Amino acid sequence: MAILNKEDAKKLLEKVLKYSKADECEVSLNGSEGGNIRYARNAASTSGDISTMTLSVNSIFGKKSGSANINEFDDAALERVVRRSEELAQLAPENPERMPLLGPNTFKDGVNYDAKTAAATPATRAELVAKSIAVAKEAKLEAAGFLENTTSFTAVLNSKGLYAYDKGTDVIFSVTTRNAAGTGSGYAARGFNDITKLDTFSATKIAAQKANGSATAKAIEPGKYTVILEPVAATYMLENMFRGFDARSADEGRSFMSKPGGGNRLGEQLLDEKVTIYSDPFHPELPSGTWSREGQALEKMNWIEKGVVKNLSYSRYWAEKKGVKPVPFPSNIIMQGGDGGSVEDMIKSTERGILVSRLWYIRLVDAQTLLLTGLTRDGTFYIENGKIKHPVKNFRFNESPIIMLNNVEALGKAERSISVESYRSYLIPPMKIKDFTFSSLSDAV
Amino acid sequence: MAIITISILQPSFINQKEGDHTLRRKDFLQLSAMGLGATMLPNTNLLGNPIDVADLLAPGIDAAAKKVLADVALNTAKSKGATYADIRIGRYLSQAIATRENRVQNVSNAESFGVGIRVLANGCWGFAATNDVTKEGVAKTAERAVAVAKANAKITDAPVQLAPQKGYGEVSWKTPIEKSAFEVPIKEKIDLLLNVNGIAMKGGASFVNSSIFAINEQKYFASTDGSYIDQDIHRLFPSFNITKIDRALGKFETIKSLSSPVGMGYEYLTCGAADKVGGIITRYKNRYDILQDVTEATAAVNQKISAKSVEPGKYDLILDPSHLWLTIHESVAHPTELDRVLGYEANYAGTSFLTMDKLKTGNFKFGSDKVNVVADKLQKGSLGAVGYDDEGVGTKQWDIIKNGVLVNFQAIRDQAHILGLKESQGCCYAQSWNDVQFQRMPNVSLMPGKEKLSVDDMIKNVEKGIYIINDGSFSIDQQRYNFQFGGQLFYEIKNGKIVGMLKDVSYQANTREFWNSCSAIADESDYRLGGAFNDGKGQPAQSNAVSHGSSTTRFDGVNVINTARKIG
Repeated sequence: MAILNKEDAKKLLEKVLKYSKADECEVSLNGSEGGNIRYARNAASTSGDISTMTLSVNSIFGKKSGSANINEFDDAALERVVRRSEELAQLAPENPERMPLLGPNTFKDGVNYDAKTAAATPATRAELVAKSIAVAKEAKLEAAGFLENTTSFTAVLNSKGLYAYDKGTDVIFSVTTRNAAGTGSGYAARGFNDITKLDTFSATKIAAQKANGSATAKAIEPGKYTVILEPVAATYMLENMFRGFDARSADEGRSFMSKPGGGNRLGEQLLDEKVTIYSDPFHPELPSGTWSREGQALEKMNWIEKGVVKNLSYSRYWAEKKGVKPVPFPSNIIMQGGDGGSVEDMIKSTERGILVSRLWYIRLVDAQTLLLTGLTRDGTFYIENGKIKHPVKNFRFNESPIIMLNNVEALGKAERSISVESYRSYLIPPMKIKDFTFSSLSDAV
Repeated sequence: MAIITISILQPSFINQKEGDHTLRRKDFLQLSAMGLGATMLPNTNLLGNPIDVADLLAPGIDAAAKKVLADVALNTAKSKGATYADIRIGRYLSQAIATRENRVQNVSNAESFGVGIRVLANGCWGFAATNDVTKEGVAKTAERAVAVAKANAKITDAPVQLAPQKGYGEVSWKTPIEKSAFEVPIKEKIDLLLNVNGIAMKGGASFVNSSIFAINEQKYFASTDGSYIDQDIHRLFPSFNITKIDRALGKFETIKSLSSPVGMGYEYLTCGAADKVGGIITRYKNRYDILQDVTEATAAVNQKISAKSVEPGKYDLILDPSHLWLTIHESVAHPTELDRVLGYEANYAGTSFLTMDKLKTGNFKFGSDKVNVVADKLQKGSLGAVGYDDEGVGTKQWDIIKNGVLVNFQAIRDQAHILGLKESQGCCYAQSWNDVQFQRMPNVSLMPGKEKLSVDDMIKNVEKGIYIINDGSFSIDQQRYNFQFGGQLFYEIKNGKIVGMLKDVSYQANTREFWNSCSAIADESDYRLGGAFNDGKGQPAQSNAVSHGSSTTRFDGVNVINTARKIG
């Protein structure tokens, strides 16, 4: 059994902690259960199941720490792993940035676990994939996709009496549909805590429409265009920015959050007033963990409010050094939607622009401006006078999310979307952006 | 206990220079907190369980004991109905040491030990893995693998066609190292890294990160073909990353080391004059002098921050092997992976602009006549070098592009028939015992020019060009047509001479146009390897280590863009 409940996990951890002779000790359990299925050319290609539970022990002597893991749970094994971590701690170099462990705290239970997802079987997965393949066959397309569901828990107990427990479920699905001639391709990606929200049939329908609709793409000149980014495209672009909400790298002068002349951009109007970005572990559409790895409670917090930088993450070490309150990294990120309506509404209000379904292979080009490069794919369309005119060939872009979020014309309703690189879920609205920079054309389909 | 089963119905296959596929869910918190200046250490979830440093040198179970376990697995699989079976008993050891400025950030020693069993039954693949490395454990796992294969067979039409492979009997292979990195005391490595950091800080760097990463894969492979292969594979990667900040201007620049991950022991860090390549900055061949490199890199970063921002336009590019390896990786090695060509990776890394038709015509001009590309798993010191691949095929080399023409792809045993090959090309790999093996990129290298040509002589003929050293930003589309690459050091060439440093340089091109614009390749005296530990492929993703060799090469009339922007 890889998933322990709150009480059983605590009992086991208390037993482990009794073996500790270190100055401070933190013990934790991580377990996960789940499975995946992959398909290509309209047939399942691989599938897998995983079930693991690991006990980790971190022993601390002064500024020295050592950790050890084990996946056996008899008494002898528990003692062995504690002794091993103590030996490693004694051998370790001192870490001047090491902070003392935190004492007891109360954490609200998260709402990120769904029993229906936890109960998913290989048959559940196969059925969901069968629906997707049926849609592709019907549309005379070839589908390739991946579906994975995971149930996981984490429990941490330390020698100062802090105990925290979290249990969550997650399912991710992505599908690419292509026509036989290789001239059209479409994509859809979904992620949920609750597997019953996953509709592989309609997601594949959308991918199929994009594939068939993009088959006669024409080349148009690269340059600056008004773009409508669908949530899956916007999510991938913005994920690169969320990672930079960190005070230390900003204070050190090596991030887009660094202020010219020193310090960081806290309090500065960095983005358009329409942009508000926050985290909230209790958001019903995107529930997530309620505490940080260091044992800090996570609550709703604004990072960007009406374009102003409201908060940056401060590790406990950096906060102490700077004389401020520590701010842990969030467990989810939500960008507030606007009154721009649906993607269809945004198309209607666009005189001339490009609809971008998905972005691909985004890489950092310049860290100080967060200039990114990448390409469009799986459905790129030219819009004229409020209508989709025709599909266009894919573009390479060179653009910074910071510049992009200063050029916001409209935001739609935020919806759950996943990053196509990390598979992490976010709530992100579709967005209309002016002067988005496409730098060259690609023949890729 | 870890219980993992992976069933394979069709050969499945991809690519991960596509980056941080490790950045999933809860890992987000920790990775974010690393900030932007952290050095690149590979996927930590591959590292396994932390162990004592002394255990890195402790021998695993001996070959005779592994043979007993292997025979139990193979016999069980056959008795349950498998027509073919293989077992990999893997012990994966690693050590990572990371420092910044004057302090140690992390020291980790880890081990992962277990068994993966793959079988063919009723024409279908099945795979199962366990960390219970006992006779009972492997027998149970073999049985499970057969059950998975039989279940899969019910929903598959086309049986696997496995290319024949002769058994080798009991053989072994070891990376030809002179000194295991694990034998070097941690303190000595920390002292070296802190010395590196000290040189950088003294030279005016604002920040410096440095690290040493060492791995040892002890892999025992046995199959029903009659092979019992014991391999001991070593790899090493020392590196640093320097940041220089101009607070008044609110600008910063970074430079990373000219080291490369290598299939070598700690001897990589003992470097004589013969392994130094002189020029505008010292580059390294076979061996690496980290102290000299950090000294020169610190001077270069000081120069870079006030360098001239590039004027966009067409330039002739002179690309150093420390840079060109990544362009080869993305634009030549990936599009010639057969699984991509066939569409198995359509939902992840994508497909390929190269097709079976283009291969069959026998005259598809991939590049200019000077372009000869060879795949291999043999080159000494390379990351791909092993004696046998992960399905018991002796390693070899073969042509991919000959005189500019596409002549072959990359294939393993169950794909060989698609290319009309009688045997596998020996490029099957699994990142760990609990992952199923599949087709992975071998070393893919550009052959040096046949005529004598030095880098200096090459530069003499360039009127308007840029000389690029070391790799930087990289991005390419899902069919590998359109790419954009940055670098670390850029030197402007005017009328045959280097006239100064540039910054904000990236070049964009179409793969085929780019390789057809190749007009000169330096001779073999300039040939060097670059590479990466994190070539990714598959869903769930697996990492592969691969090297790419080349000599300095010239490409004519390539589009260069300026990447500087202003925010705030």
